[in-house]
Amino acid sequence: MIAETLQDNAHIAALTSHLGEAVLDAADPFGEITISIAAEKIVDACRVLKSRGFNRISAVTAVDWQTREPRFEVIYHLHALPLSPQGGKHERLRLKAGVGSAFPEIDSATAVWAGADWYEREVFDMYGIVFRNHPNLTRILMPDNWEGYPLRKDFPIHGYKYSYAEEK
Amino acid sequence: MADTVVTPTAEPVQSKRRVMTLNMGPQHPSTHGVLRIVVELDGETIVSAKADIGYLHTGIEKEMEVKTWQQAVPLTDRVDYLSNLANNLCYALAVEKLLQIEIPAKAQWSRVMMCELSRIQSHLVWLGTHALDIGAMSVFFYCFREREEILKLLEMFSGQRMMTSYIRIGGLALDHPRGWEKAVKRFLDDFPSKIDQYQNLLDNNPIWRQRTIGVGGLALDKLVELGVTGPMIRAAGVPWDIRKTEPYSSYEKFNFKVPVYTGNDVYDRYRVRMDELRESCSIAQQALAGMPEGDFQANAPKIVLPDREKMKTQMEALIYHFKIVTEGFSVPAGEVYQPVESPRGEIAYYVVSDGGNKPYRVHMRTPSFGNLQALEAFFDRKLIADSIATLGSMDFVLGDTDR
Repeated sequence: MIAETLQDNAHIAALTSHLGEAVLDAADPFGEITISIAAEKIVDACRVLKSRGFNRISAVTAVDWQTREPRFEVIYHLHALPLSPQGGKHERLRLKAGVGSAFPEIDSATAVWAGADWYEREVFDMYGIVFRNHPNLTRILMPDNWEGYPLRKDFPIHGYKYSYAEEK
Repeated sequence: MADTVVTPTAEPVQSKRRVMTLNMGPQHPSTHGVLRIVVELDGETIVSAKADIGYLHTGIEKEMEVKTWQQAVPLTDRVDYLSNLANNLCYALAVEKLLQIEIPAKAQWSRVMMCELSRIQSHLVWLGTHALDIGAMSVFFYCFREREEILKLLEMFSGQRMMTSYIRIGGLALDHPRGWEKAVKRFLDDFPSKIDQYQNLLDNNPIWRQRTIGVGGLALDKLVELGVTGPMIRAAGVPWDIRKTEPYSSYEKFNFKVPVYTGNDVYDRYRVRMDELRESCSIAQQALAGMPEGDFQANAPKIVLPDREKMKTQMEALIYHFKIVTEGFSVPAGEVYQPVESPRGEIAYYVVSDGGNKPYRVHMRTPSFGNLQALEAFFDRKLIADSIATLGSMDFVLGDTDR
C-alpha cells in the first residue's frame, strides 16, 4: 500500500516501474519516507535509488520483532548529498526488508555502496543476519568466538554464561 | 572484532620485496583509545591496513532496551564521551518527535549554547592530541587550559564535568544556575584570542605544514561512499553541515557560516576545525545574548517531572511524579531517524517504539564508526609516518565507534 501523500513521489514511481510488485509498502511518518521492499529485490532497489541521486548510505541496521514473521527487519537509511552548493537538495529515505527467522539471509548492499560494509557486519554480529556476497562477513564488535547474537530479543541482558540464580 | 591476525607473508619468490606485519594498538597512544590496526609494510609504505574495533564495546544499544525512556539518557552520554551533549540532544530530539511535544524557546537556545560549548571542548581535545602526535607538545597544554574552563561551565550548569546528561526528554535537567551569564560571557569574550594563540603556534610552523599539507587525502566520491562525514568532508569541498541543511533545535535562527576548504588533506581538516571553533564561539555568543525568557522544560506533565514546590502542595503533581519515577512514560509506537551535527560528523539515532515505556530499539549511527571505515582506504599505499597524522585528523572517539 502506497500512502496517499506519496502517490506522486518520483522515487517511489521509479521503484514501482523497475520492481513492480516488490514494492510492498510506502509511508511517511513524521515526514520520513519509508519504503518496504521484498527482501530478494533489495539490491535492485538500492541500485535504482543510487542512480536517482542517493549517493551515500547513512546506516544499515535491523530490528528484531520476535513474535512477528518475518521476524527481522533490515533497515537502510539512504541520503542524497549534494556535493556542491548548486547540486540539488538533501533527501533522506528509509528502506525496509523483512527477513524470516528460519534462514535470516539477505543480499549485501556493499556492491552498491562500499560504505555498507561495516554496518552489515554489525548487523550480522548483533542479529545473525547473513549478508550474501559480502566481502568479509565476520564479527566486528563482539569477540570472534562469541556465541549467540546479542541484540536479538531472546538474548538475555545479563547472566548469559554465569547465572547468579544457580549459585548455592 | 574481526580475525585480523595476519600471518607474515615473507615470500622472496617473486622479488626481493619483503612484507612486514606491524601491529599498532590497541594500546598505542596515537590510536586515541583502543583501536587496533594491523598494517603490512613494504619498507615504509603501507601495503594494506586492517582496523580491528570492538575493544570498547559495552552493549549500550542492548542496555537501552531495558531502561525506561528517560533512564536511557545517561547511556547516551557514554557513547561519545567528548561530545556527550550532541548525543543527549540527538536522542532527546528523536523521542520528542515521537511524543510530539514542543520544547520552549529557552530550552532550545540553551541546548544550542551548551552543544556549541561542548563542540569547542571536543575540538580542543582533538587539536591538543593531534598536535601532540605530530610532535608539537605545547599546543596540548594551551588547549587543555581552555578545555578546563568549559568543563567548569558544564559542571556549573549540570553538576557534572563530562557525563552531563543535561539535555533530557522534554527540555533540560536543571534551570540555569546563578551567575551563569557572567561566567559564560567571560569565557566567550576571551576565547577568540586563545584561538589566535593556537594558530600562532601552528599555522606557519614549518614542521606542522610539512607534516600536514598534502597528506591523508582520498577521492571525494570514495569519502562520500564510505560514509565519511563532518569536518573531514567539509575539508574536501562539500558544504554539508546538518545544522544548516536539516536544522534542529532553532539552529535556523542563528547566523553562522559553514567553513569549507578544498585541500582534502590533514591541513585543511585542521583549518576547518579552527574556523568551526570561531563559529561555535559566535553561535554561543548569539545564544547568550538572545536567551529567551520562559520555562526550561516543556509543559507536558506526564513526561516532565513536576516542580518540587508543586509536588508539596498539589496532589496531581505528586501522582505524576510517582508515575514518571516508578514506571516512566509511554511513547506512541513509531520510528524516527534523527540526524544531528556532532563535532565529528553526522550522528543519527534511529529510535523505534512499540508503544511501551522502554525504547524497543535504538540504533546509533555514530560519526566515528563511519569515518573509521575509510581508514583502510586512507592508509593504502601511504607512508607509515603519515598514518599518524591521518589518524589524528580523523578525530575519532572509540567509545563512539564501539558503543
